[in-house]
Amino acid sequence: MKSSNDFTGIRIGMWLFLYSEIILFGGLFVLYAVYFHRYPDEFVEGGKQLNRIIGAINTIILLISSFTVAASITAIRLQNKKLSLGLLTFSIFCGLVFLINKYFEWGAKFHHDIYPNSDTLVSGPPGQNIFFGLYYVITGLHGLHVIIGMTLLMVSVVLILRNKVHAGRFAVLENCGLYWHLVDLIWIFVFPLFYLVL
Amino acid sequence: MSQEPQHLMSYTKLASVLFALLILTGVTVGVSYIDMGIYNVPVALGIACFKVSLVLLFFMHLKYEGRAIIVSFLSTVCFLAIMISFTFWDVAFR
Repeated sequence: MKSSNDFTGIRIGMWLFLYSEIILFGGLFVLYAVYFHRYPDEFVEGGKQLNRIIGAINTIILLISSFTVAASITAIRLQNKKLSLGLLTFSIFCGLVFLINKYFEWGAKFHHDIYPNSDTLVSGPPGQNIFFGLYYVITGLHGLHVIIGMTLLMVSVVLILRNKVHAGRFAVLENCGLYWHLVDLIWIFVFPLFYLVL
Repeated sequence: MSQEPQHLMSYTKLASVLFALLILTGVTVGVSYIDMGIYNVPVALGIACFKVSLVLLFFMHLKYEGRAIIVSFLSTVCFLAIMISFTFWDVAFR
């Protein structure tokens, strides 16, 4: 095929990659579910130690950034380059705020001697150790995805500035957007699992 | 083969989806303060599934995709469901 704008084909490729990401996090959620089944009391106790307000704020930040990414695609297709760039920059900013919140959240936990291999966790009940182990693995892996997503959004911004992405050719932006939405999807499950278990 | 124009999402539609998502976030946080015993987890996950569906259908425009993406996506979800349910069969009746 000589044409480089086979939009459906490009999107199918991206979706195939997203499936592998869904299974990756799905596996971790199964791990969480099985240990929750085994140590329900410790998990509830652990969940109460996480700040649900910060969790909710981070959820809202990611939801808004997802909206602005989706709107930036609409903007570029309506030939509104400036608006599209502004929306993408705002999304990257949201990602940054999310990471800063995470930094303070993790920092507070470190301060209370709760981190992998800390004395409190090693000498405490096994369920508590597993809960916070999973907390660090899953939110850490998700944080890594946020960083990758922000990088992809920055690439899109550069491509739009160079007029490589425009109303007639926006598949790159769309795929970067799909990745960012995936980051949001994962967080929508992480939030109730860790912060809202009662 | 002619290039089929892809569905264009309007700003207002995207904004109303965002509004619904924010409301649902508020609901899920509010509900978490009520102790419903074993029903807390299913309720929280039910709301999460609903939110995820909204993101998938509108932000990721799965609603307007062709058959290839929809079928492959549903297969992935089925695979995940099998993975979760079989693991639980093992764990619950061990």
